[in-house]
Formats: sequence, structure tokens, C-alpha cells
Amino acid sequence: MTNSEPIIEMKNINTVLGGTCVHKDLNLTINRGEILGIVGGSGSGKTTLLREILALTRPNSGSIDVFGHDILTASSATLLAIQKRWGVLFQQNALFSSLTLLENVLFPLKEHTSLDVNSMKDLAELKIMMAGLPLDAASKYPAELSGGMQKRAGLARAIVLDPELLFLDEPTAGLDPQTATGFDDLILNLQSSMGLTIVMVTHDLDSLWKITNRVAFLGKGGVLAVEPMQKLVKNSNPLIQEFFGGPRGRAAQESHDGN
Amino acid sequence: MTTANPTIEYNHDSQQFICQGEWVIAYLPVLQNKFREIKWAESGSLTINGAAISRMDSAGAWLLNEWKTALEEKQWHVNFEKFSKEQQALLNMVEKTIAAEEPIHAIPPLSLVARVGKQTLDSIALFQEYLAFIGKLSFEALRIAGNPKHLRWGSFVTVIYRTGFQALPIIALLSLLIGVVITYQMGLQLKNYGANIYIVDLLGLSILREFGPLITAIMVAGRTGSAFTAQIGMMKLNQEVDALNTMGVTPDELLLIPRIVGLLIALPLLTVWADGFGVIGGMIMSNSMLKITMYDFMQRFPHVIPLKTLLLGLCKAPVFALVISSIGCFQGMKVEGGADSVGLNTTRSVVMAIFFIIVADAFFSIIFSKLKL
Repeated sequence: MTNSEPIIEMKNINTVLGGTCVHKDLNLTINRGEILGIVGGSGSGKTTLLREILALTRPNSGSIDVFGHDILTASSATLLAIQKRWGVLFQQNALFSSLTLLENVLFPLKEHTSLDVNSMKDLAELKIMMAGLPLDAASKYPAELSGGMQKRAGLARAIVLDPELLFLDEPTAGLDPQTATGFDDLILNLQSSMGLTIVMVTHDLDSLWKITNRVAFLGKGGVLAVEPMQKLVKNSNPLIQEFFGGPRGRAAQESHDGN
Repeated sequence: MTTANPTIEYNHDSQQFICQGEWVIAYLPVLQNKFREIKWAESGSLTINGAAISRMDSAGAWLLNEWKTALEEKQWHVNFEKFSKEQQALLNMVEKTIAAEEPIHAIPPLSLVARVGKQTLDSIALFQEYLAFIGKLSFEALRIAGNPKHLRWGSFVTVIYRTGFQALPIIALLSLLIGVVITYQMGLQLKNYGANIYIVDLLGLSILREFGPLITAIMVAGRTGSAFTAQIGMMKLNQEVDALNTMGVTPDELLLIPRIVGLLIALPLLTVWADGFGVIGGMIMSNSMLKITMYDFMQRFPHVIPLKTLLLGLCKAPVFALVISSIGCFQGMKVEGGADSVGLNTTRSVVMAIFFIIVADAFFSIIFSKLKL
């Protein structure tokens, strides 16, 4: 599926937050149809990078092209058109606590489509089931769902408009290994059936091995490498070696090689 | 990017249904309308041809699946043809997911009688919970009283500062206005009888015994009771309360007792302050409307208003303080779920606190009249 048509292009991004330089001349290109992982140590600017692509934080300089439009200079109408074409799963799920699961998933449909109520409800239920949730959870409030179910609910809401681009911020953080593996499978499944481009920020080494096509390693204010995992772990950069060379890194690699 | 409006073409003779263009969520309403316009025969067989579909998302696949199900219910035979591999995979997945769907059992709405019964039981349960909360709190208070180093002086002083000192301006303004309003209303009547000077008696009694304590308590319930609920509620959501419990510090000790004791001290002081300003407001109004000079007012006041009046008013204040702070803390500890619950419980805390302040005030009136005070 991967071809080299860029869907996101970030050029010469400089960001200064609270007096510290987070990004210094950062460049990153994400291609259509790929699953790109973003990794890096704590404070390397992963989440900031994601927020900048999502137009939640503005970099001090540089350009960010999403679907061929520079979102830093885009009009609000263009930005809205782009926002309808992407879906985001936040780290804390960001489900609306005053709405039930079904209402949460319905929300984007109600805002952005002119479908009749029954079609919207059917579509929302379809997405809830695609995210691997039982339908009797639909009438529950987010607080009544377990952590893993909340993640799936967040994912159902993110994919309800059939986005071309899906952002996942730490999708498996705080999940037990079994649920995390299930979630990885779910993401792979959705990606292949819906033809998504996925950008995920993660610390989960197993996820990185299992589902990413390429991984961007952030460090020292820039992208140190963008490579498939097999190549990245052999990269001689000391920061990367430190990151993957620990016992956890080796264990994840071995379990991947074993499969 | 080219955006091709999707079309459907129904060829009656060859039993072909030709789909074209982009089958994406944005065009779904258009497609649904077109589909409804087609006149279907009783039964037959149909081939849905997808060769000309340029792009399809899961909403498009869902729509095709819906049509297929709808037609099959009418004894039609439907099959998909010439879809690309990805599109076929998407169709299969949607079909499989929907087939796995289990109907949700709708909960029937309760009848009026059942609703009233449920509300009553809920209220009783809530009251029991409140009593248990008070019991636990009293127990903790006794434990701390036996070991005063457990009293958190820092948060205790902060509570007095926030609920007492910072409320001084608003309470002063409010009481002053109440004094002015009461004098104006009563003065109009007294003037008719030429009994102007009795305004001092009326004002002194009503402000010191009723309005001072009551207005202050209601103001503090809105200002402080709500703050207690919101603060404790957010801490509860943030698991700060759980964290305290695991560290061997009870939330009662660190969060609740300082608030309750703090308000217990701050509210009587605020009441004295309110009494003073209420009387001053009345004095100003008497001077300008009833021609009673401040000198006359001051001279008469101690003669007609005994100290007992002030003390009777003041002894209500600690009770009001306990009502406000215990309800505020109780509702705060009951917050669970999300931001919605914080809002709901804050509202409840204020409404319940004001309700019980007025109930308590009524009880005080009964008791005082029985005791002939």
C-alpha cells in the first residue's frame, strides 16, 4: 500500500516553549498509507510535534503541509476541511464525560454530516463494533467503562468520519499486555481495511515492532532518523542505541524476531 | 484531488445496478435520496456493479450493505460484482461486523409511581450516607482532638482567610443594603403612625436576630459551600483523595476537618460583621428618611436592644457553619465520574445547604419561642 505520496510534510520547524528550544530545524515527511511511529526520550518534543500537526500549538517558524495545505497559514475554512479528514485518539482518550459512548461517537457525525438520525446511529454503532466494543456498552458513560474500553471508545470516535489520517497518542499506554496486543491488532486491521495513514506517538516497543512501517526518532530538537525498526535498532547514534539497547528493547526485538 | 459526485444507475433489463464516483460519507445523504427514488418490483435478482467506484470508505460500504439487507428482505437476490480487492474487503468486514451485532435490550421507562418510589428510596439512602459521613467525621474529629498535632494549622488558617477575611467586603455591602431596604419598608409604615423612633427597635431586632445570621449564612453557602464541593470533587477525580488514603493520611484529617473547623470560626465572626453593617445601613436610612439623627439612634439602641438579642442571633451561626461545611464536603466526596458530576454536586451542595439553613432557622424560632427567649 505504501507509496511515496506525502500526506504530511514538516519543514524547518523551530519551537521554543517556556524558554527551552523544543524543535530546532526539524524536518519530517509522512507518506500516504504508512504507519509511522514517533519515539524519543521524555521531553524530546513528541507530543509537541503531534500538537503542531493538529494545529493546537504553533511552532515559532517553519511550515507544516497536511493534505497539501500549509496549516499554519490556512484559512479557518481550509482548516475545517482538513479537520474533517483526520481523526485523533488522545492519550487520555478525551471522551466527553457528560455524553454516553454512543453520543460521543455520534458527535462528529452530527456536527459534520447531514445524514438522518437513524443512519447516523447505525453508522456510529458500526464504528463502535469495529473498534471491538459490545453494543450494550453504547449507553454507558465514559466513567463506567474500563481503561481498555475507553481507548476503544476514543478510537471509535476518531474513525467515525472515515478519516484518511489517524493520529494516536500513546494508544497502548496504561493497558495490560493482552489488551495492548488486542489494540495493536485492531489498529492493523482498521488500517488495512480502511486504508488509513496512521501517525502514532508511543513508548510501547512491542507496538513499534508489530505495527509500524517506519519510525521517526526524535532527539536533540530534531529527527535523528526515520527508518523501519529493523534498520533503526542498528543505527549507530548513541541516543538511539541507548533507547533500544536496554533489556526491554532487546526483549521486544527478540519476541518480534521469534514470531 | 478530483471530487466526483457519486451516481447510481439502475438498468432494469440487465438487472444491473451500476455505482459510480466517490462512495464516501460526505455524499451519503445524496445517495440515500437517489436510492429511495427507485421503484422496485416485488422480487427479482440484482447485481451491484462497483467497477466505477473511485473511492469508498466504510460509510459507503455500510450503505451498500444496508441496501442489500433491505432488498433481501423483499425476497430479492443481491450480489456484489467487480469491486476492487480493498473495497470487497471493506464490504466483507462491514457485513461481518453487522452480522455479529446483538440487539440492545432497551430499558423500559419507569411509571410515575415507580419513579416516586425510586426517588424516595434514593433520598433515604442519601440521608443514611450523610449520617454515616457525619459519624465518621465526628470520630476523626475526636481522634484529632485527642492528639492536637494532627490538626493542620496551615490549611485551617487558609480556610479562615479565604472563607472569612476575603468575604468581608461582599458581606459588608450586602448587609448594608439589607439594612437600608428594611428601614425603608418599615419606615414607610411607621411614618403613618408618627412612630418614627421605633425603627430602632424593629431594625435592631430583625437584623441581629434574623437577617444578619441568615443572610451571611446564605451568602457563605453560595460562596464557600460551592467552593468546598468543587475543590474536593476535583481532588477526588484526580485520585488525590485515594493517594492520601494510601499514604495513611485520612482525607478527613487533611481536607475536611480544617474546612469545617475553619468555617465554624469564620461564620460567627462574619455574622458580627454583618450585624454591624446592617445596623449602620439602617442608621443611614433613618437619618435621611425618618429624620432620626445618628445621635438619637445610638442613644436609643442600647436601651431597647438587650445583649441577649445579639447572642441569640450569634448562636445560630455555628450551626449554620456546620450545615454549610458538612454538606459542601459531603457532596465533594460524592463526586465520581467526570466534570459533569462536579457541576451537579456543586449545585446540589448549595441548594441543600440553603434549604437546611432555613430549616434550621425555623427550628431555632420554635425553640426560642418555647423557651420564651
